[in-house]
Amino acid sequence: MFETLVFWAFAAILVFAGFRVITTRNPVQAALWLVLCFFTASAIWLLLRAEFLAIALVLVYVGAVMVLFLFVVMMLDINFDDLRAQFRSYVPLAGAVGVLVLLEMAVVLIGDGLGTVGIAPAPQGPTNTQALGLVLYTEYLYPFELAAVILLVAIIAAIALTHRRRKETRYQDPGVQVKARAKDRVRLVNVASEPVAPPPAPPEPVAAAASPQPQPPR
Amino acid sequence: MDAVTTFGQNLLGPVWLPVWTLVKIVCILVPLILGVAYLTFIERKVIGYMQVRIGPNRVGPAGLLQPFADVLKLLLKEVIVPTGANKYLFFIAPVLSIAPAVAAWAVIPFAPQAVLANVNAGLLYLLAMTSIGVYGVILAGWASNSKYAFLGALRSAAQIVSYEIAMGFALVGVLMAANSLNLTDIVRGQEGGILHWYAWPLLPLFVVYVVAGIAETNRHPFDVAEGESEIVAGFHVEYSGVAFAVFFLAEYMNMFLIAALAATMFMGGWSAPFPFLNNVAGGLLGDGFLWLAIKLSFVIFIFLWVRATFPRYRYDQIMRLGWKVFIPVTLVWIVFIGAMMQTRFAWLFH
Repeated sequence: MFETLVFWAFAAILVFAGFRVITTRNPVQAALWLVLCFFTASAIWLLLRAEFLAIALVLVYVGAVMVLFLFVVMMLDINFDDLRAQFRSYVPLAGAVGVLVLLEMAVVLIGDGLGTVGIAPAPQGPTNTQALGLVLYTEYLYPFELAAVILLVAIIAAIALTHRRRKETRYQDPGVQVKARAKDRVRLVNVASEPVAPPPAPPEPVAAAASPQPQPPR
Repeated sequence: MDAVTTFGQNLLGPVWLPVWTLVKIVCILVPLILGVAYLTFIERKVIGYMQVRIGPNRVGPAGLLQPFADVLKLLLKEVIVPTGANKYLFFIAPVLSIAPAVAAWAVIPFAPQAVLANVNAGLLYLLAMTSIGVYGVILAGWASNSKYAFLGALRSAAQIVSYEIAMGFALVGVLMAANSLNLTDIVRGQEGGILHWYAWPLLPLFVVYVVAGIAETNRHPFDVAEGESEIVAGFHVEYSGVAFAVFFLAEYMNMFLIAALAATMFMGGWSAPFPFLNNVAGGLLGDGFLWLAIKLSFVIFIFLWVRATFPRYRYDQIMRLGWKVFIPVTLVWIVFIGAMMQTRFAWLFH
């Protein structure tokens, strides 16, 4: 009973936050609503006792992906009205996609002619994490490795495409910097002391009276 | 303790659990906040003596009331909102920076039975909580509508995201050694004295973890996010009064958190360094809390020591250290542990 109540509360927040992601005018605020979406989704997963997935969602999406999103969105100097200008021309396409998604979800949730429907049983094992790991590294080892390789290729491709040495930038060579020693930079010289000149004659008494007396430090 | 529980259950019925949890939260938070207050005092004293000064010694006997004077002053100051600032986010930002720092304490075990939430995925939960602390910093920088604040926020975001990876890998090493994500189990795996601490087989990871922890909390010498000589005070330059105090509190609470985690995961947590010292003082929580406090203080002292000793890193040096030194070191050590665990030396790494 209580669990159902919590679920509905989270679901309501999730839908509202998702709605705000697409309706809010400011991209930074849209990104923040998306963060709220992820958080609420993770809470709902916790209700399903999928603790590993729930925390991984927060860790990966909220903690890393959305931070980079925000990072980029904040740097962009976007004219919000320009973004809105072509809103109407996208409506038919977006509407069609939306209806399609809705239909698909309806088929999955309502009809049961398409195979297994509903929540899969919780994985067997002492803890969620161990159960997942066991399945991932035995039964699904090859798909897992394949996904890893694809990700690696994507990372390397992204770096290769964007990384270039700019000529105008000056680079530091850390190896040289680390090797630098004090004697390379500083030279201590012994300077022979010179004979002390006689002290200058004391100034006129009138000038001395006019000049302010140095105050002793308080 | 059992008597209290039964009495409460008879008195309040189903409401007892939330009430009892709240009491526990207060029991964790109040000492924590007092600890933060005195950490600021101790920091000034320690750094003062390291620099042949005396440090604060005017308010109260030996300056002991200085933290309260500071708090009072901050509470009475006006909170100024800059023109053009995003008002909601400007005030949400400090909250977002302190909330994860506090929430993470839910899974820290203080003594064999004294933990607020003994969850199985405790280590993951901690990683998640420490990784969302960056939002407070980024939002503060953006919502302030100030270029210095924004620069500080960007630097901080890049730094925290980079060092989080090394930190996560260091925790993977702990996970491999302990065979569990539960922090209580991790401490139990290190019981039996100083030789059983994970700090020894995981020494490179321990060092990486502590240094990355200093970077994660934006402490000197990684404090380019504040860099007062370059960008005034970084992300919180526009904050005053209580809002600034909350940021300050969050930073110090994060320091405590990193220190507590280092103590829990690498230095045996609440177990004594020598088994015969396990039940000397006794007390409410047994000796566990005392040992954790001593280890935690040691790590905190290292934080202060480092701050008083090293000059600030340049930004590109920070990035190089994070990406090109720490991440390879942790990766190599993880593979090394994994390989050694398949040999007959596996007992060394458990």
